[in-house]
Amino acid sequence: MNKTVNQKAWFFVIPVFVLVAFNAIIPLMTVVNYAFQETFGNNVFMWEGTRWFKQIMLSERFHASLGRQFLFTFIILFIQIPLGIAIALTMPKEGIGVPVCLVLMSMPLLIPWNVVGAMWNIFALPDIGFLGHSLNALGFDYNFTQQIGDAWFTTILMDVWHWTSLVVLLSYAGLRSIQPAYYQAAEIDGASRWAIFTKIELPKMKKVLTIAILLRFMDSFMIYTEPFVLTGGGPGNATAFLSIDLVKMALGQFDLGPAAAMSLIYFFIVLLVCWVFYTLMMRNEGNQ
Amino acid sequence: MSLELKNVEKKIGLDTHIYSTNLKLEKNTINILLGSTLAGKTTLMQIMAGLDKPTSGEIWFNNKNVTGMKVQKRNVSMVYQQFINYPNFTVYDNIASPLKITGVSSDETKQRVGKVAELLKLSGMLNKKPNELSGGQQQRTALARALVKDSDLILLDEPLANLDFKLREELREELPKLFENRDCIVVYATTEPSEALLLGGNTATLQEGKIIQYGKTLDTYNKPNSLVSAQVFSDPPMNIAKIKKSGDQCSFLQNDIQWKTKLNIKDGEYKVGIRPHNITTYKEGNNTLEIKGKVLISEISGSESLIHFTNGNLNWVSLSNGVFQKNVGDEMNLYMNTDEFVYFDQNERLVSNG
Repeated sequence: MNKTVNQKAWFFVIPVFVLVAFNAIIPLMTVVNYAFQETFGNNVFMWEGTRWFKQIMLSERFHASLGRQFLFTFIILFIQIPLGIAIALTMPKEGIGVPVCLVLMSMPLLIPWNVVGAMWNIFALPDIGFLGHSLNALGFDYNFTQQIGDAWFTTILMDVWHWTSLVVLLSYAGLRSIQPAYYQAAEIDGASRWAIFTKIELPKMKKVLTIAILLRFMDSFMIYTEPFVLTGGGPGNATAFLSIDLVKMALGQFDLGPAAAMSLIYFFIVLLVCWVFYTLMMRNEGNQ
Repeated sequence: MSLELKNVEKKIGLDTHIYSTNLKLEKNTINILLGSTLAGKTTLMQIMAGLDKPTSGEIWFNNKNVTGMKVQKRNVSMVYQQFINYPNFTVYDNIASPLKITGVSSDETKQRVGKVAELLKLSGMLNKKPNELSGGQQQRTALARALVKDSDLILLDEPLANLDFKLREELREELPKLFENRDCIVVYATTEPSEALLLGGNTATLQEGKIIQYGKTLDTYNKPNSLVSAQVFSDPPMNIAKIKKSGDQCSFLQNDIQWKTKLNIKDGEYKVGIRPHNITTYKEGNNTLEIKGKVLISEISGSESLIHFTNGNLNWVSLSNGVFQKNVGDEMNLYMNTDEFVYFDQNERLVSNG
């Protein structure tokens, strides 16, 4: 086909370009700007090259918070994905139960994040909170403000409570889109319930589960508000995940250069993991 | 070998999906369930398969009552309108899956899968996954899965409906061959009369959960027992007109076209059904009748041309061989073959042919 050159076509591209520039490129470039320079205020900048990047990459503090972040994300994915699928499988397929379940499931998703943090903070307080008080009454020595294990337990429980619903809703949508004929064909073959799950339901849910895992990975990897309100990153630095540490560095210590470099590294880690995961999951999907 | 439905009825809530049905299907036959969407074809098939239980009535297979027996124990296979295959199995594993579950040895599996794959022209793609195949090949895989098992009963629920025209024609021609020399009962549901005629065998016409007529396909087509059966088995729909008979003269009530009939029935009012292909732009047969028509729509279908026309109150369709187009509003002469007229009484039961 012969392509004609028409410069007027730029007029269609420019509005999108300007929009993207304002909401993505310019803010990002500001961060890039800080990441390579040192400033003492008054808009005076000194070129530092890759110094901040080297500093962050070699910093034990960064390694520690990155480690905590991966551990946290891994644990909540490991709990939420199977749990979400399991709940979706037991949900009713027709009748009044369907809307009731769907609305109940969406409730945690509708609560503002800082409210979730505050709610769980009060809920888990060892002296007056329902959870904290009950656990202590049952003989457990539970105090999430002082014991590292308890802080992690509470943070994970809060995240599972808040976000499993998302996996449930996505899995449920995936399950509902499987045509009944698949189940009938399996019944005619005499396939077991487990075989139906592994040979029909899981493969059919692959795409929607990929999205669920990606969304949960990104959200949990960038989690800030809830643990900040719940534990404030403590006790000590025990629950200071990447973004909490980043905010401490940028606004607490006002180390703008290193914080900007850390933001960029953080961003590339998220991008890289998502890209690798998505490519691996979709490599055999053919042309559909 | 035979499959017998005895007074089978299916109700869901207050809705009756299948009215009391009696049907006996014999060994080595193809049986076509012909009817429009929601006529009850799928429900009937699911009851035959044992995927669904009738509200009342019994299903007998080989003179044994199998009502309520689970589908796994009945040795049936089914092909659906959608292309149903295990998504992450290869074509080979898909075809082999029914054999694996019943514990057939791997040598025999290999041999049987190879044979059926060859029959369905799948030999070259045994290592592919379903989503790498075209729709036609996916449905071929599903058909192979159904055939490899040597079932006593093979049910096909509009297997060609989701294919595009070319693939449908291609597979449709192969279908009769697939069921040759098979020791089984084939039941085939379709909405298309032409498919029933092509497959031959027996046809049951269905409407609104009732079997209207069951018999050899050609008999059902040529001797519809009622107007409803004739309508179900005619595409485009049959043209209907009220007529009056006195002596050996018949005439339409709407106009004064007259013709002679050899019918040996009482004088009075009747209804006549004329299939679209018996109204043509050219004369066919010895006893033709001319009718004037004003063209409403003219359309071409394959190598045939459809002309919708009016004559007074009559609003009819004609189907002629050849490809041509008429202008809307044109007046033209059409010819009807009176030997092919089908006569019904006032209650729309068949009176006689010709």
